[in-house]
Amino acid sequence: MSSTPSGENLDRRTRRRGDAIFRMLAQGSGAALLVIMAAIAVFLVLQAVPALNADTTSFLTTLKWAPDGTPSSFGIAALAFGSVLTSLLALLISVPVAVGVALATSHYAPRWLARPLAYVVDLLAAVPSVVFGLWGLTYLVPNIIAPSTSLNHYLGFIPFFASNGTYGKSIFAASIVLAVMAIPIISAISREVFIQTPRDQVEAAWAIGATKWEMVRTAILPYGRSGIISGTVLGFGRAIGETIAVALVLSANYEISLHILEPGGNTIAANIATRYGEAGEIGRGALIASGLVLFIITLIVNFGARAIVGKNSRGGAS
Amino acid sequence: MTLVGVASTVSSALIRTRLSAWSLTAIAVGTVAVTVVLFAATPMQGRVAFLLFAAALYVTALTTVSALVEGRRRAKDRLVTSIVVACSGAAVLPLIAVLGFTIAKGTAVLSGSFLTHTMRGVAEQDANGGIYQAIIGTLEQVGLATLMAVPFGLLVAIYLVEYSSGRFGRFVSFFVDVMTGLPSIVAGLFIFALWILALGQSFSGFAGSMALTVLMLPTVVRSAEEMLKIVPDSLREGSYALGIQKWVTVVRIVLPSALAGIVTGVMLAIARVTGETAPLLVTVFGNPALNFNPFSGAQASLPLFVFSEAGLPNETAINRAWAAALVLILVVLVLNVVARVLARLVSVRS
Amino acid sequence: MAKNVQMKDVDIYYGKFHAVQGVNLSVPPRAVTAFIGPSGCGKSTVLRTINRMHEVIPGARVEGRVELDGEDIYRPGVDPVEVRRAVGMVFQRPNPFPTMSIRDNVVAGLKLQRVNDKAQLNEVTERSLRAANLWNEVKDRLGKPGGSLSGGQQQRLCIARAIAVQPDVLLMDEPCSALDPISTLAIEDLIGKLKQDYTIVIVTHNMQQAARVSDRTGFFNLLAVDKPGRLVELDDTEKIFSNPTEKATEDYISGRFG
Repeated sequence: MSSTPSGENLDRRTRRRGDAIFRMLAQGSGAALLVIMAAIAVFLVLQAVPALNADTTSFLTTLKWAPDGTPSSFGIAALAFGSVLTSLLALLISVPVAVGVALATSHYAPRWLARPLAYVVDLLAAVPSVVFGLWGLTYLVPNIIAPSTSLNHYLGFIPFFASNGTYGKSIFAASIVLAVMAIPIISAISREVFIQTPRDQVEAAWAIGATKWEMVRTAILPYGRSGIISGTVLGFGRAIGETIAVALVLSANYEISLHILEPGGNTIAANIATRYGEAGEIGRGALIASGLVLFIITLIVNFGARAIVGKNSRGGAS
Repeated sequence: MTLVGVASTVSSALIRTRLSAWSLTAIAVGTVAVTVVLFAATPMQGRVAFLLFAAALYVTALTTVSALVEGRRRAKDRLVTSIVVACSGAAVLPLIAVLGFTIAKGTAVLSGSFLTHTMRGVAEQDANGGIYQAIIGTLEQVGLATLMAVPFGLLVAIYLVEYSSGRFGRFVSFFVDVMTGLPSIVAGLFIFALWILALGQSFSGFAGSMALTVLMLPTVVRSAEEMLKIVPDSLREGSYALGIQKWVTVVRIVLPSALAGIVTGVMLAIARVTGETAPLLVTVFGNPALNFNPFSGAQASLPLFVFSEAGLPNETAINRAWAAALVLILVVLVLNVVARVLARLVSVRS
Repeated sequence: MAKNVQMKDVDIYYGKFHAVQGVNLSVPPRAVTAFIGPSGCGKSTVLRTINRMHEVIPGARVEGRVELDGEDIYRPGVDPVEVRRAVGMVFQRPNPFPTMSIRDNVVAGLKLQRVNDKAQLNEVTERSLRAANLWNEVKDRLGKPGGSLSGGQQQRLCIARAIAVQPDVLLMDEPCSALDPISTLAIEDLIGKLKQDYTIVIVTHNMQQAARVSDRTGFFNLLAVDKPGRLVELDDTEKIFSNPTEKATEDYISGRFG
């Protein structure tokens, strides 16, 4: 080192400093991202605690939402139930449709049609949720009354389809809107995995004399299972976090009811949108507490999906 | 049935009776006819119901006939194909319905005056008023969010691709994924809890931008990461071989060659947050009047405007919501289409 | 059960691309016929027309006649699914279904034919695995996934899967190209045994292999650069390798090109 001319030495040092600074910037940004995630948890907890302390009833089991009342009483039970119910119903509708679309765009549709079809379904994901909400409110809700009535008429003996005789702004309507919003997510991810099915597997199925459906069942679906699962989970995350569209098509109440055709039902996210404007100090804290629960649910769902997919891909690898 | 029996019966007949195009048409015509009669004779009505009923009847008839003529395996195959077609229809129809509805309802109200006037002093039943304040608000909020999220996200992506190798990198990458699944209302509540409650700031466009930044960040990181990854290593090595420092290599050589892809990703991220309503509700709050300053006081925004007008029990207000929704959808779709065309061009070139 | 294969004026296209031109050939039953030739000359493509596997690729199309014991497999009304059941195929890379057990892999074709009798399925499993020289190695772990076997074993599993439905013809598309020499030897032995019961057509890029296993050999070549592939000649293997009729064959055999 001592033998190097000092000028070159200096040059090298500034060079190294440039690299070091850039590296620190990049790594610092990565760290900052982690800090943001941590801050989300910390600040939601900090602002939720005072309201939770003011709550005179149990947060986890109380149905009603009267945080600014005297005494203050609010709970997450009805909201969490509504969130999970609407999201599950949305998945019940959207997963089969999305897998069908994914099969259409990956293996069934002729090439000239497959690309535009995939593109159109992707565009569905780009439509802002508030527009879906508006559509749900002005078109879907009035038009869902007739099918709801017949569902109740023919299948009313099943508790889900029981009703007090009124229909419209219901869990059913919300689930349909959420399903439409979840379809592009689930189908995009499933499609990605479907088209990656090794040609070997597809040809092996054809060669033993499989029909198209049998080929799909023996080669594509087993290979694509992890994609369907992770797509479903992401779709669930999208559905349970959706706020505005649900707020517009639900007539909020705070009960736990399986009667999906009746007006009523509420979700954590929609409740924040509808009660935010009128909330007082405790009310805002209470809404943040509910947001924290939503955050935790999505975290659990995400981690769970990762575990399932990880296990699957290890088991399925040949 | 013995195995030999199976093999010989099958191999002696490569020919299977298949339903001809003629019989498929006959089934289709028959189903439509039956549906028409049913809709005329019974209380069933409605275009959507007609379509659904006819489709279901067609699939049932086709599967049954196929099972009788072609055997169960072919019938199942036809059934699944029908289901796949039906699913595609079920996914595309809502898009057409939403777009068609928005265009039909929106164009009735949309006008030059609607785009250049605010809602200040306009009552909900008044026909005048407009979305000027909302357009300005959305431009400022999304613009600020882009200014924050793009450099931030790019740096994180550069870190993940060019620098990280160990556990910390995987950790960051993992939390980028977690952030992707963050509900937008939670991002809004976070800024509300931090900026407005803890730090005592007012509602502002900037607060909304911060929430949007949190939502844009993972999208920008992921798309930039993908693009940086496909830059060939030979490019980097060539640069190192000339004695060029790593950071100069990244900024002057790697980034430019991934630029088009990164721009595509950024545009999609912008399109995504432009339509976000929930986080703005709790940070920007909404404002009928024009507020040019994004750093102080409640602002308007297009999605918020749609939401608040839609919630009013008044036809005029709901029509205004549709017109604003049309503008919003146009902005988002144009961003999307341009981004995708760009991505297509780039992928064709490489 | 073994049937002969006849091709009459067969032309194969992928979209506008004319891949193979004017193939006329006859493949005898209970014998091994090998297709050799430089890569890209269409020998695998010709092989795949015998079970209509090329149709899996969009835009592929065949003109001319391909007959199994005189029955044209391209005439209207023929179901490709039935053709593939009657003409089994083994691929370059072993491709057992990774999520299925060894047993389920073997009987996958039968299960599609709705054969559900347990005893019969077990019997077919054992007979097919024995025929594929694999029974002794896997009889204690039939429930294990097919992917758990070695490459050579997987390929023999795929052969067992192909013969479990007792096809009329067995096609092999470079079945040893992904295998080590010892596994290759095992497969070649197996081919020698299987030809007692089946019509076998094998594509190979390895001339020694063609000389070792086949009774008849067909040499494929491109007409010229950017022209379709064609069958140069098909004759007894011995003759092709010692005294071919065509100059191009001799050049190829002696290693002057390809």
